[in-house]
Amino acid sequence: MTDPSEKKSCFRLTRRRLILGGSLIGGALVVGYIATNPMQVAGAILQGGGDDPEPSAFGPFIRITDDGWVTIVNKQQELGQGIHAGLAAIVAEELDADWDRVRVVDSRSNFRAYGPQMTGASNGIASNWDLMRNAGAAARAMFVEAAALRWSVPIGAITVRDGIVSQPGSNRAVTFVELLADASRLQPQQSPVLKRPADYRLIGTDKVRRKDSLSKSTGAQVYTQDIQRPDMLVAMVAHSPRFGGTLARFDASDARKVKGVVDVFAIETGVAVVAETTFAAWKGRDALRIEWDDSEAETRSTHELVRYYHDIAAGRSDVEPAEFDSKGDDPEVPFDGDVADFAFDFPYLAHAPMETLDCVAQVNGWDVSITSGAHLATVDQVYAAFAARTIPGKVDIEVVPAGGSFGRRGVLSSDYLVECVRIAKRTDGRPVKLMWSREDEIASGYFRPMSHHRVWVQLSPDGFPTRWRIHSVCQSLLPVGPNSLATEGITHSPYFSTASTVDGKIFTPTFPVVVGLWRSVGHSYTALVMEHIVDQLARRAGLDPAAYRRVFYEKAGDKRRLAVLDELCLRAGWGGPIEPGWARGLAIHEAFGTIVGQVAEVRLVDDRPIVHRVVAVVDCGIAVAHDQIAAQMEGSIGFGLSAALYGAITLKDGIVQETNFDRYLVVRMNEMPVVETHVIASTGRPTGMGEPGVAPIAPAVANAILALTGQPTSRLPFLDRNARSNTDVSVQS
Amino acid sequence: MSYAISVNGQVHHVEDDGQTPLLWVLRDTLKLTGTKYGCGAAQCGACTVHVDGQPMRSCTLSLEVASSARIITIEAIEGADVRAIQDAWVAHDVPQCGFCQSGQVMSAIALLRATEKPTDRDIDLAMSGNLCRCATYNRVRAAIHDAASKLGSPT
Repeated sequence: MTDPSEKKSCFRLTRRRLILGGSLIGGALVVGYIATNPMQVAGAILQGGGDDPEPSAFGPFIRITDDGWVTIVNKQQELGQGIHAGLAAIVAEELDADWDRVRVVDSRSNFRAYGPQMTGASNGIASNWDLMRNAGAAARAMFVEAAALRWSVPIGAITVRDGIVSQPGSNRAVTFVELLADASRLQPQQSPVLKRPADYRLIGTDKVRRKDSLSKSTGAQVYTQDIQRPDMLVAMVAHSPRFGGTLARFDASDARKVKGVVDVFAIETGVAVVAETTFAAWKGRDALRIEWDDSEAETRSTHELVRYYHDIAAGRSDVEPAEFDSKGDDPEVPFDGDVADFAFDFPYLAHAPMETLDCVAQVNGWDVSITSGAHLATVDQVYAAFAARTIPGKVDIEVVPAGGSFGRRGVLSSDYLVECVRIAKRTDGRPVKLMWSREDEIASGYFRPMSHHRVWVQLSPDGFPTRWRIHSVCQSLLPVGPNSLATEGITHSPYFSTASTVDGKIFTPTFPVVVGLWRSVGHSYTALVMEHIVDQLARRAGLDPAAYRRVFYEKAGDKRRLAVLDELCLRAGWGGPIEPGWARGLAIHEAFGTIVGQVAEVRLVDDRPIVHRVVAVVDCGIAVAHDQIAAQMEGSIGFGLSAALYGAITLKDGIVQETNFDRYLVVRMNEMPVVETHVIASTGRPTGMGEPGVAPIAPAVANAILALTGQPTSRLPFLDRNARSNTDVSVQS
Repeated sequence: MSYAISVNGQVHHVEDDGQTPLLWVLRDTLKLTGTKYGCGAAQCGACTVHVDGQPMRSCTLSLEVASSARIITIEAIEGADVRAIQDAWVAHDVPQCGFCQSGQVMSAIALLRATEKPTDRDIDLAMSGNLCRCATYNRVRAAIHDAASKLGSPT
């Protein structure tokens, strides 16, 4: 889930180019940003007349209305990570607003106002930190100045707390509402004074809570799947069972006989069945007879692909490597002396968010109206325009919360959304809801890619690496550019700090299986590669894994990792007694600027790892929404553990074998470990929390198994899916 | 064929194939979209409704069978226990994406109606059919215990 804007400076909306503005619009004070930069030109083209309910001159902004509510317009997407809580806290803190009168609404897609709308790389808080703090502080300063003018007192005599502007020592106190008109006549400060972290009253406290828990506990929250429109049709699509397969011919005569089926036609991705109801579309699709052309399709099975990857890593293929990390004068010189070598294999993984992929689209001539849980709204807008043969400015996307995504709704081709638009072009202006079944979603690709890693480490007599050689094989995670995401988490590893030589090479095969971004992206496997190797090296050196790590971090001058390690050892009782049959495993990994350490307490029952408790420590800079950091840690551990225990998409003759949750197992209630989260106190800029907690759990469990049995892990998942069903409840003791 | 089906205390006459899963009757015909599609195979629990008071997966229950029962969905379920559960869900900020939570809440209510003070094992047995990809399980468990203790304490 990496945001391309992180990589390309031309795509970046920096604060330098933004000017804070404020005005009274419809009785509300609105404070936000006016884009005055080349982006505005691009924005005008993209947005050209796009229908936005908010004043489109403003970017991320705050609206304070005469009913006393502070409304924050959120340009990111809420997909479970709790971005609403974080943004509300940042604004409410600087504005000194009443937390209970702060709410968040999601913006529609609007490139001119917001620049690229991309929720990924755990950047929601990090990318909004300055924007939202400054907007909040500027609005606060306007109220302070308005009150000072009204009461003819110096600005310094005014305080604001919980939405009340007052002059201490007097009986003067008014609400924001009473100052709305006065404040709106003032110019917002371009660089308002921001609070010092020590003065925070909201950020970092347990007062910061989700704003959507009630609607999500009563069934009231509306997702894309729930959208109803007058005259709406429902579509399902029969896709090629093989990647790269194309439609040869189809017979729709039986499908058309199904009551409720309105139309059947071929589209670029298969055969669409359009019906009055979901179940009619489903039955219609089942009644199709289709012949696929597999001449360009992937027809290999997983074991053949694994063998192919091993051949590539051994230089027995025409796939040429590229350097991803290098240190020393002659990295390719052969190793000698004490050399440890390792090999790892990781499978494809599907995302399986609880809401499958869906989208609502209506095409009326040039105008395209879309409702979707879109976390790359800008990308979706452009691809939808291409599909509808219109301009992006004619595409309006209503962004609604997604029932999970984990990267699946953030693909750089907007696959399901484009499919919906293509169907909606052929329904005479009737809105269409595209529904994918669970089976469609699991087999649809954009998988976390499978990968193979060969690692050689030359060791000094005291057991520390002097040379590293890492050869990784992985399809490219991005459609263009170098395959750098595949090795994130290995590149510039702190464990290279004792070595004079690093030779990191990535082999990037290309074939039709579609891969993409999966929660924590490359870190989802590189954490195991590095952290499990380090544990094995520590044991080889006869050193405690925590003490061994400390040497690297000290050598690298990595104070943040050292602090996480120390706190983790303390909180987890590292080195302390543990019940017979149990062992602790430790892993520390940095992703997207956030460092997470986890200690897993594991035992084996019939070779099956049972994870009873995970102690987690995180350094994510200033902790904006404390309880949501804990929530993301819990969720990330459950998500990462699902993949570590069970996760594997396997191909047989090119066809995905997993179909539903009975064959693509995920962790259930009875398997969820107790999670304890500790946050390192920090005054650093906040970093993200949606993904980094996923990466360390697999190596923490692998390291615990290593401690229990002496057996290293060389592939995931730990359990074969056929070994045992996880629906048999086994209660942990 | 036409079926008379009792949903949320009201009888609806539904003209549809008797094999249509109750889930789609609820969502597409009756526009009760609080009940979610997650798997279509009784694997995930997102579509849990109460059928004559028992939690069942509406995705694998046919309209024909459902028409002989009283169906209650998340939109209309009522009672002190319902309020206690939903209050606890909010107090613990249980939901993340929230998509599975209708089903979680419906299963949790059924659990508390059958077992006043559920143990962790009772919760495992009652709730392991409800998947949550955000893995909110620990908070679901804590919220159920919390609701049970609030209901049990004298008011």
